[in-house]
Amino acid sequence: MKNNLVSFLCGLLFAIGLGISGMTDANKVFNFLNFTGDWDPSLAFVMVGAIGIHLISFRLITQRNSPILSPAFILPVRKDVDRPLLGGAVIFGLGWGLGGFCPGPAIVSAAGLSLKPVLFTLSMVAGMALYRLSRRGQNQETMQSIDTCG
Amino acid sequence: MSESIINALLGGALIGLSASFVLLFSGRVAGISNILGGLISKTPPAVSWRSSFLLGLLAGGAVLHFTIPKVLQDPINSSTGVLVIAGILVGFGTQMSHGCTSGHGVCGLSRLSKRSLAATLAFMITGAASATALAIITGVNS
Repeated sequence: MKNNLVSFLCGLLFAIGLGISGMTDANKVFNFLNFTGDWDPSLAFVMVGAIGIHLISFRLITQRNSPILSPAFILPVRKDVDRPLLGGAVIFGLGWGLGGFCPGPAIVSAAGLSLKPVLFTLSMVAGMALYRLSRRGQNQETMQSIDTCG
Repeated sequence: MSESIINALLGGALIGLSASFVLLFSGRVAGISNILGGLISKTPPAVSWRSSFLLGLLAGGAVLHFTIPKVLQDPINSSTGVLVIAGILVGFGTQMSHGCTSGHGVCGLSRLSKRSLAATLAFMITGAASATALAIITGVNS
């Protein structure tokens, strides 16, 4: 129960961060990715700010034996760069540049109930489901792999 | 421009902080594509954790909508048809790649992960390519 409340608050904080940073402004994203136009590089600093905080805290936090409200850390174990990783990133990037939304900002913007982000988010869910369906009958992913990302 | 940079840094810091709390309390990676995508698997793991975080994202969106709505802007250069295709690509691609701007870009790079570096470079490059192509096709730059 406490875990869920904390998770909710983390989502709330994440959304506020996305909003303030400019990531939910799809035109700003477009002007960042389209460097041939009126280029606005400021969104590059979103990652600077985020990694600036998280790089250090990751090291400190993972020195603990366990998280505060969970029995164990669930972190990615794979280190190899393979075709699905790169191919998927290429496909994701293409969609991001065309639509101006990546997953977090899409969901946050959809809460405002404007048609475009809602449509994008529903399409995104469909795309996710499509990938899952395409994997049926292949080597099933381990639970570990489904449960975390990286 | 400098106000934009300050907002980007501040917002980014809040994102990094949120990801750090997720790690500290739940022991998990704050990758949005996986938090949502994990719910769409045959036996979804940690359903209540995932749902709570997503509800938090939506609640945050509602807060933004009622307080600083100007930060939520629809893409003027993308038609609804393009958006549907874009959404499908983002959904499909993030599952295949096992992460997105938060999972690979923020959390993965913070972990100094080579996988995430490769993925981040790939989606940044193709993101720039497709945005530029769209701009040229729709005549935005002229």
